[in-house]
This record gives sequence, structure tokens and C-alpha cells, in this order.
Amino acid sequence: MEATMNLKDKDFVPFKEEQPNSSRVVVYYDPKSNGTGKRPARKEKVKVEKLAFYYGTKQALQNINLDIIANEVTALIGPSGCGKTTYLRIINRMNDLIPGSRIEGKVLIDGEDIYGPEVDVVELRRRVGLVFQQPNPFPKSIYENVAYGPRIHGIRKKSLLDEIVEESLKQAALWDEVKDRFKDSALSLSGGQQQRLCIARVLAVRPEILLMDEPTSALDPVATQRIEDLIRTLASNYTIIIVTHNMQQAARISDTTAFFLLGEMVEQGKTSQIFTRPRDRRTEEYITGRFG
Amino acid sequence: MTRKGISKYTREKAAFSILRISLFLVLLILGIILYDIASKGLGVISWEFLTQPPRAGMTAGGIFPAMVGTFYVTVLAALLAVPLGIATAIYLNEYAQKGSLTRLIRISLRNLAGVPSIVFGLFGVALFVQKFGWGASLLAAGMTLGLLTLPVTVTAAEEALKTVPRSYREGGLALGATRWQMISTLVLPPAIPGMLTGVILGLARAAGETAPILFTGAAFFLPFLPGSPFSQFMALPYHLFVLATQHHDISTVRPLAYGTALVLLVLVFLLNLGAIVLRYRFRGHLQKGR
Repeated sequence: MEATMNLKDKDFVPFKEEQPNSSRVVVYYDPKSNGTGKRPARKEKVKVEKLAFYYGTKQALQNINLDIIANEVTALIGPSGCGKTTYLRIINRMNDLIPGSRIEGKVLIDGEDIYGPEVDVVELRRRVGLVFQQPNPFPKSIYENVAYGPRIHGIRKKSLLDEIVEESLKQAALWDEVKDRFKDSALSLSGGQQQRLCIARVLAVRPEILLMDEPTSALDPVATQRIEDLIRTLASNYTIIIVTHNMQQAARISDTTAFFLLGEMVEQGKTSQIFTRPRDRRTEEYITGRFG
Repeated sequence: MTRKGISKYTREKAAFSILRISLFLVLLILGIILYDIASKGLGVISWEFLTQPPRAGMTAGGIFPAMVGTFYVTVLAALLAVPLGIATAIYLNEYAQKGSLTRLIRISLRNLAGVPSIVFGLFGVALFVQKFGWGASLLAAGMTLGLLTLPVTVTAAEEALKTVPRSYREGGLALGATRWQMISTLVLPPAIPGMLTGVILGLARAAGETAPILFTGAAFFLPFLPGSPFSQFMALPYHLFVLATQHHDISTVRPLAYGTALVLLVLVFLLNLGAIVLRYRFRGHLQKGR
């Protein structure tokens, strides 16, 4: 926490990127690089081993082994209360905020244990962005919403902020709709626009992983379609994990699908395989609509 | 569908009639008080009354030193109660672990708000006047009033913080904000107008208090304005008390007492009006964003 507070004192602090071999190379922000650039195919970005999670005495997840491949869209499906969202929020440690919660097992991002004692949670959350179920723009202007992340990470220069805001809004496919009304309140946008603004807000801190918790459940079909297109586009630059209740959505946009049931991960595989030849009978029953 | 006795519609009418009469009674009493004070006090209000010190054994002249004294002592109370109260509320609401200790602190604060103001006055004498050696002074009285306001301020500020949605906090933290960044940039801005509303209401009450300043610094009669924080001072509520009960010729100064009461009422009303205006601007802000 201290370190991050101090960052604010400097005029401009570039975003840092973890390189392999842990030699920390400082990369000055370049809006055209889109963060990390291409990665080798089928490389695990997140490794989860024997994960268990408890809310007080209630066990929410047990023995989860689920790896997430870099630059893919991974969909988590399953009935309500099966632990999908819990799993999602473990990856950027948002569950830390819940009093009495407890975690067992290992969660590694790029080989680093994110629950290790050395980990800077604030920096972790910068690297692992979260888009919420309900669009939650701040009660500020459109511009200030997107600039919020870069600002708290120490960027002060107006021209650089302008660049980041523009680039993020373009990536989130919102630029054309808001470029003439930056100063308007974010709350004046429609629900679908608000959600894309929230995605732009996350992209502005140049995360590596995007977590999305049912991002379209509060939106109409047209807005949903736009967000789905956006997710497909973003997948080339980000590792995306999306929780969804909508199985057609999972089938449309994801490369990999994992099926959760009662706190366990029942099955994980290529989306085409899960939806055509599920290995587990419970998966088949769920996707064919026999329960859930 | 008919039942014996009084029908449910008649019962409803009766119930609403009772409620309406209650409301009317409350308004009536309030109206009588206001009318009484205004009608008897308005006659003495003049430029001289508002700008001159009392003269001729307080049977003539004005109440200017008392107005200034009340203003000073309220500002001093605010200087103590506002920062301390808001900081305490932020700590209690945002940082403190939810446990029995926090709950105990909160209950104690609520109870403190119910302690009679004369007890605060005695405490002020013991601590500020005697222990700190400030004597009977503006500072001692201001701090005593500040302490009196503190529980109200903390409670109001906490309520304001509670109205800030959780989604703002989570949104900020998920972007990599530290707790303090999240609080200072996302929680406080929308909460501050609500906090100030509560603070002003608390101070308005404090400005009209007599008991806490009675022993800690209010003077019976001073023809000049307080020169330093360690001077004694005149204050409106105490002046009113003096004119109404302590003066050697109560019946002569009765109109002056009513005039003083009217000025005090208007002052408190203006403070409350400020709080209302602030609250409306706050609502508009939230809808428009910034």
C-alpha cells in the first residue's frame, strides 16, 4: 500500500510489466502496444491448484483445478450459487474484502502465487481487471471515469491522459458515441453504454486479464450483442474470463468453457467439445436444460 | 360483505382524522410559539438593536456583542467537531473491523448524544477551564460546544458515508486503488454534502445552547467584543436567559428578551436553511454527476 501511495508523488509513473525471467523492464506507456502484445499460443496465464474457498464455515469451492489459457476467452457456466463468481473474484483477490473468508490451495498468475506474502494486492488488481454484473460508473464525467484508473496510478500529464482515454474508449467501442460529450455525466449514458464505459475504465489501466461477472445480464439484446462483439475483439490482446448464465453466450464467444456445480468444477474443455460432446453426464444435463 | 358494528371504511376515516388532528395540533403549537415571539420581539428589532451593545443596565441598546459571541463560539465548536467528527466517522465506517468493540464505540457515541448539555458544561469546566487553565473563555466554551456536537456530527457523517453505494467502492478497488484512494476520491465527494448537512444541524442546535457555556465563558454583561480566544463573551441564549430571569427589572426588559429570542430563532433558521439548500444541491449533483 505504501509503495503505491508514494507513486502518486512522482509526476508520471509508467506502467510496469512483468517480463519472464523477472527482470522488471519498465515500458513507457504506448497506447498502440495494447499492453502485452501477442503471446505464444496455448500458454497458461492463470494456474489454479487444489483451490478451496470458505465464507465463514460454508464451503463455496472445493478442489478446483482450472487453468486459464492466455489470450483466450474462458466461459464459466453453471447454476446460481455454484461458485463461478467466487472463483472469478479469487483471481483479483476481491474476495479478500469479505470478512471471515478463507482460501486454500494455490492461484498462480504467470507462475507467481498471487496469495503469497510478497504480493502487492493493489498492483494485482491493476493487472487483473474486473467488470461487474451491474454497470457501475462513478458519478463523474465520462472522461473522468476512464481517466480514474490512470490517475490513481500516478499519471498526471493531461496529454497522456487524453491519449489513454481516447484509446480505451475506442477499444471499448464507445468512442464514436461519446467523443462529443466527454464532460457529460457517465450516469446519463444508457445501460449498455455504461457497461462499455466500465470496460473502457478497466482497459485504461492496461490489465493483462479481464474478469467479467455476467456483464450483459442487465442489458437488452442489442447492447448484449455489442458487448459480445467487443469481448471477441479484446480476446486477441487480453486473457478473458467471463461468468455467464446464458449458455448461447458462452457458446458464441468463448474458446474454453468450464462447468461448475455445487462448488466443484465438473468439466473443462474446448467450448465446441463441451457443447457437443460433454464427457460428464451432469454437464450434458445442464447444457441440454434438464436442470439449472 | 357487511359486518356488524363500524365498517372498515368508517374505521379508516376515524384513524386518518386522528392523524390529521395530531398534525394540526403540532403545527398549531409551533405557530403559536413563533407568533408569540415574533409579535412581541419584532417591535424592538432595529438597526441599533442589531449593531449596538446593551446600554443603561441592559435596559436599552442592542445585542451586538451577544450575536458576535454566539458566532465566534459556534465557529470554534465547528473547528473541533467537524474535522474530528468526520475523521471518526470515516474510521468507524470504512476501516474499523465489524466487531463487538466497534459496536460498543458506536453505542457509546449514540448515548453521548443523549447526555444532558449541563453535564457537558460541567465537564468543560473541569477539563478546559480548570485542568487546561484556559479560564472562562471563548475557547473553553467553544470546545465544550464542540464536544456536545461531536456525537451528532459522527452519526450524521456515518449516515452520509453509508449512502455511498458499495459498487463505487468495489469499482475503485478493482481498478487497483488503495483503500485511502478509494475513500478520498470515490466515497468522500458524494458523501460530503450529506455530512455538512448533519454538521450544520448539529451546530444550529449548539448555537442555541445555554447550559454548556454558562460556566465555561459566557458573561453576564460585556460592553465590548471579545478580543482573544481567552476573553469572556456574551452569547444570545445566555443573554436571553439573563434578560428573562436574572435582570433586576425583568418586566422592563421583556421586549428586549423577545427581540433576542427572535434573532436567535432567525439565526438557527438560517443555518437550517443552509443545510436544506446544501441537501438539494447534493441531490442534483448525484443526478447530473459532475
